[in-house]
Amino acid sequence: MRDTLTGSRIRERRQISGLKQAQLARQVGISASYLNLIEHNRRRIGGKLLIDIAAALSVEPSVLTQGVEATLIAALREAAADAVGQSAEIDSLDEFAGRFPGWAGVLAQMHRRVVSLERTVETLSDRLTHDPHLAGSMHEVLSTAAAIRSTAAILAEPGELDAEWRDRFHRNLHQDAERLAESSKALVAYLDQSENPGDRRGLPMEEVEAFLDQRGFHLPELEGGEYGDDLVQHGLRSAAARSLVRQVLKQYAQDARVMPLARLREALQADGLDPLKLSARFSVDLSTVLRRLAFLPEGVLPRPAGLAVCDSSGSIILLKHVPGFAMPRHGDACPLWPVFSALNRPLVPVHSRVTLLGRSAAEFECFAIAWPQPVSEFGYEPVYRSVMLVVPPGDDKTRSGAEVQVGASCRICPKTDCAARREPSILSEGF
Amino acid sequence: MSRKVLLIEDEPNITEAIRFLLTREGWVVETHAEGGNAVETILAARPDLVILDVMLPGKSGMDVLRELREHADMKALPVLMLTARGQSRDREMAEKAGVSRFMTKPFSNVEVLTAVRDLYAQASRS
Repeated sequence: MRDTLTGSRIRERRQISGLKQAQLARQVGISASYLNLIEHNRRRIGGKLLIDIAAALSVEPSVLTQGVEATLIAALREAAADAVGQSAEIDSLDEFAGRFPGWAGVLAQMHRRVVSLERTVETLSDRLTHDPHLAGSMHEVLSTAAAIRSTAAILAEPGELDAEWRDRFHRNLHQDAERLAESSKALVAYLDQSENPGDRRGLPMEEVEAFLDQRGFHLPELEGGEYGDDLVQHGLRSAAARSLVRQVLKQYAQDARVMPLARLREALQADGLDPLKLSARFSVDLSTVLRRLAFLPEGVLPRPAGLAVCDSSGSIILLKHVPGFAMPRHGDACPLWPVFSALNRPLVPVHSRVTLLGRSAAEFECFAIAWPQPVSEFGYEPVYRSVMLVVPPGDDKTRSGAEVQVGASCRICPKTDCAARREPSILSEGF
Repeated sequence: MSRKVLLIEDEPNITEAIRFLLTREGWVVETHAEGGNAVETILAARPDLVILDVMLPGKSGMDVLRELREHADMKALPVLMLTARGQSRDREMAEKAGVSRFMTKPFSNVEVLTAVRDLYAQASRS
């Protein structure tokens, strides 16, 4: 039977190598979108292309095409590579997996679970502080992970272990694996519920985002440029949320008035996604363009657009997520995001290619600018807000804009030598 | 004379693993799994070092540490604190309470052993 998971193995090996899809695709002379299809097992692969990809990933082609054993060895290699202060006998890896396939499987499985937990932590770090139920669940998961990590590391040590201790640790490992499976399932069930934007209504700002998310960040009623207050009378529980939505929608109506949808659609078709050209064409400031581009109906922009708006304290006051782009709402965000660096130079447009560090290693093109808020009296210090439009990189291979690496937040950022670090990362140590 | 560590942790399998590691290093390891009477247990056991979990049943590790430091003869006792929360404000709270070292879960065995060795060496010098 032909193995159908070669693409998944290519993806796994590429991620281990720290290569982006676009980089690997370039190296082997195919498009990133074709590589994406291969990696999701939607295109079969063989022959020269398989050999080229294997060479680019520094593995034997058989590692990518073989079944369970190769996957197991790859997982053990990954566990060994992640280990800190504990060097595994890589030369004996095949022998270990061959002689003790069961224990090798347990070790690989435990490592995968630790990696999976790290991802979970990455997603939830921001909410941890603000959700007691989540904090309790995460404590349970992390404590079990700590027990598994310590126990597995003892079992993985070279040399004989006293039989009584070994049996006890095997039993503990089994118990913890079961417990982890249960607590992870419970956590995922809780998060699945909470992923529904309609449920994210703990804070007024979350209510606002749920309101906009339900409408796909596009309100046809406002496209004529007139704001009507009846929009905010339904679907918002708190007065604070209604007040915030009112501000956002008034701004939306103003932006729509100066950049009407029909003309904007034509301009985008003529010039592509070029905020500065749009700014000149419509004679509006760049902040208007960036906000407007995030509130368009689906399909008008060639790429899905996310948005972040912050005030001059760095507090996020509006967020629109796109796949892969996640920013903490509660003040733990990476200060290297262009939305914050734009505040250093108000009114100077910022264009950056941002790589989000971590296991997902997502890439984005970001446009940002800080603009002053209106004042009603002379002598007031200007108060700035900053807006950032976030889009996945285009296929045109235009590599303009400064390169910036950002983390989700310090606590879960793998970057070690960072001048912006506020607190140590919990992801720095290995298995 | 043997070195004694008191491990206060309610997760039995973490206790088991740390007990194994430290016993192998020549430590006498006593364990306790509850926060409510942890201070009394420390005062009675007179350990050379305490490993203290933050989230304990009965009383939090942070409160245990604060109360412990109120005893004049316990101000210099090395305390390694273990927690699933590693944010800066948690560290600040622990430092104010008088922690000697703060470690986030999931930690590695090497980290625990290194911290215990360092803390004991520092305490022995002073």
